[in-house]
Amino acid sequence: MNKVFLIIQREFLNRVQKKSFLVATILIPLIFPSIMAVLFYVKKQQDETAAKKIIHYIDEGKIFEPDSKKFEFVRETSTLAEAKENLKKDEQVFALLYIPEIDISKPQGIQLFTKSKISLGVQGDINYVLEERIKELKMERFKIDRAILDSLKTSVSLKTTDISGDVEQESNSGWIVGVGVAAGILMYMFIFIYGAQIMQGIIEEKTSKVVEVIVSSVRPFQLMLGKILGLASVGLLQFIIWIILITTLTGVVFSYFGIDSSQQQMVSQMTPEAQAAQNQFVMDLHANIDKIPFTYLICNFLFFFLGGYLIYGAMFAAVGSAVDSPAEAQQFMFPITLPMLIAYFGLFTFIIDDPQGPISVWLSIIPFTSPIAMMGRLGFGVPLWQLILSQVLLIGGFILTTWIAARIYRVGILMHGTKVNYKVLAKWFMMKN
Amino acid sequence: MEALIATNVTKHYANHVALNDVSINIPSHSIYGLLGPNGAGKTTLIRIINQIINADKGQISIFGEPLQAKHIGVIGYLPEERGLYKKLKVGEQLVYLAQLKGLSKKEATERSKAWIKKFEVTDWWTKKVEDLSKGMAQKVQFISTVMHEPKLIILDEPFSGFDPVNAQIITKEILELKEKGCTVIFSTHRMETVEDLCDHIALINRSEKILEGSKKQVKEKYRSNTYRVEHTGTFALNQNGFTLLDQKKLEDNVYQSEIQISSGSANHLIRTLTDYTEIHSFTEKIPTMSEIFISLVKGGTHE
Repeated sequence: MNKVFLIIQREFLNRVQKKSFLVATILIPLIFPSIMAVLFYVKKQQDETAAKKIIHYIDEGKIFEPDSKKFEFVRETSTLAEAKENLKKDEQVFALLYIPEIDISKPQGIQLFTKSKISLGVQGDINYVLEERIKELKMERFKIDRAILDSLKTSVSLKTTDISGDVEQESNSGWIVGVGVAAGILMYMFIFIYGAQIMQGIIEEKTSKVVEVIVSSVRPFQLMLGKILGLASVGLLQFIIWIILITTLTGVVFSYFGIDSSQQQMVSQMTPEAQAAQNQFVMDLHANIDKIPFTYLICNFLFFFLGGYLIYGAMFAAVGSAVDSPAEAQQFMFPITLPMLIAYFGLFTFIIDDPQGPISVWLSIIPFTSPIAMMGRLGFGVPLWQLILSQVLLIGGFILTTWIAARIYRVGILMHGTKVNYKVLAKWFMMKN
Repeated sequence: MEALIATNVTKHYANHVALNDVSINIPSHSIYGLLGPNGAGKTTLIRIINQIINADKGQISIFGEPLQAKHIGVIGYLPEERGLYKKLKVGEQLVYLAQLKGLSKKEATERSKAWIKKFEVTDWWTKKVEDLSKGMAQKVQFISTVMHEPKLIILDEPFSGFDPVNAQIITKEILELKEKGCTVIFSTHRMETVEDLCDHIALINRSEKILEGSKKQVKEKYRSNTYRVEHTGTFALNQNGFTLLDQKKLEDNVYQSEIQISSGSANHLIRTLTDYTEIHSFTEKIPTMSEIFISLVKGGTHE
């Protein structure tokens, strides 16, 4: 065991001391928040500096009282034809709004003339201005006070409780579901990236012929295990650094540019009732975050992460030992990627829609798909027996694949220049020690 | 005591026999040549001794004990296919490989530094292996083979890839190790090495051992009682018990003849020859290892 530890240590140091590890570990988490930061920044700048667009309007029914922060409405007193000509000539004017005499209960015939195609956003903004004005007119007609109207708005937050288990638990767990699905996706990426690294490392050892020296000192199984576990420790470290960096940086970016300022604006514009509703929402959000069973999720994540990584890591190791170059490895990648792809697509099709359906349940129990599928299901609540069955099978699956992989590995690493196919792998597997 | 005894070792692969009932005795403190053409089964035997693969049948005992996992630290192995971690620095590499053989980190560091110093290549310590020349990398590999002070050193084609100067250095190291009490197994098909260094040899051909013994014994066994004589003038030999195999001109009036004795002694031959000619030199024609090797291997393939 001491030697396995030596190999783990060596693998760990080899990877962590590389510049590429440092670059990937620091840069990748910086990339997402910095892209977001740039986008937010550009958007904010644009919003602040952009001059109001000038829209001329013809209002035949004399009903329009423009009130907009985004546009400057200018009343046009000429005829429609003249105004159109003017629009074409005057570069300052952005568009021409034509409002005929309308029945406010059934407004028809309002037109917007522009010199270029306008974006859906702008169109929506103009629509909104008109709709608000018509709403005001209607309120006047029906003699409705705005305060009364606002007080009609009620916010209900539905609290749902799952009573199927022994303990009644709140099942409204959108946040947990999100965290679970994200964890499933991360797991998928991770298994792939690090599995490929195991494979590459083994191919390197094999082609550089150093493997013969090593296996004269340690058993091939110890070497394989040390390699897989060594990379797992690198992966965990990188992962933890990423999570810490991404959460802090994203937090910083959001609080600096985005959410904070826009929320304040929104709040300041809102009526007291709306503000109360908003506060209620924020409180709900906090309550939900508090309710996420982080320990439960993290423990399960770590378990399924390690289990899934080890199952696939062993398979990647077997493939790496069998071939002489990464290109040759391609032919064996299909059976490895297939169950992962099934789990990945299952996550988005079956599990999110119907987490307790038979397909979802099976996906989360079969060892090859369970690491990804179970993370997706956890948020919806998983019966304890299913969780335990899945974990036991995952451990069993890991032992099985490692055993099979080790039998192929011990022969494969000493073979050079052999044309390898599945039949050859089977022969190696059957070979006596 | 024997350093290593292999008894009736057999190893089958899927469609051929790699070793068939091979038994060898390797005496302690000897340099033992394991000879044979490519594909004869030398590497398989070496891998079995290194516990990289297991034999199907047969026993191996090392320094009187059955071969077990704990003997890994007693053996130093230089494979024919040399290999080191390309991206690893020489120092880290040596320390790591020695640690895998069971040395503590401190010991491993001290010894690798000492060896690096001995080979006068201290500045390699922080160099990556991929930046070294082939000969340099070979030296590093040799250090890694002997650094844990193994009692049994197995060198598979140790001189391939070395220039004469470095081969000289390595030869000196090997002899020094033997002086210190190590047993060295040489696996090679290069006969000059055997002629110079080995005390004992075994010849493996087509998965079977066909010859074993000390170099002297083997040569004794394959001497043909033939003598080489340099003499003045030519003659024809008409004597019972002596056969003139060959006679060729060396210079002006000096000739060389090869004469085989079927009955009688060398002294008898000399006495007889003095009647025919003036003798300049008289030596026994002893077969070289190379000649023995070729005659045996060829004989084997003709069966």
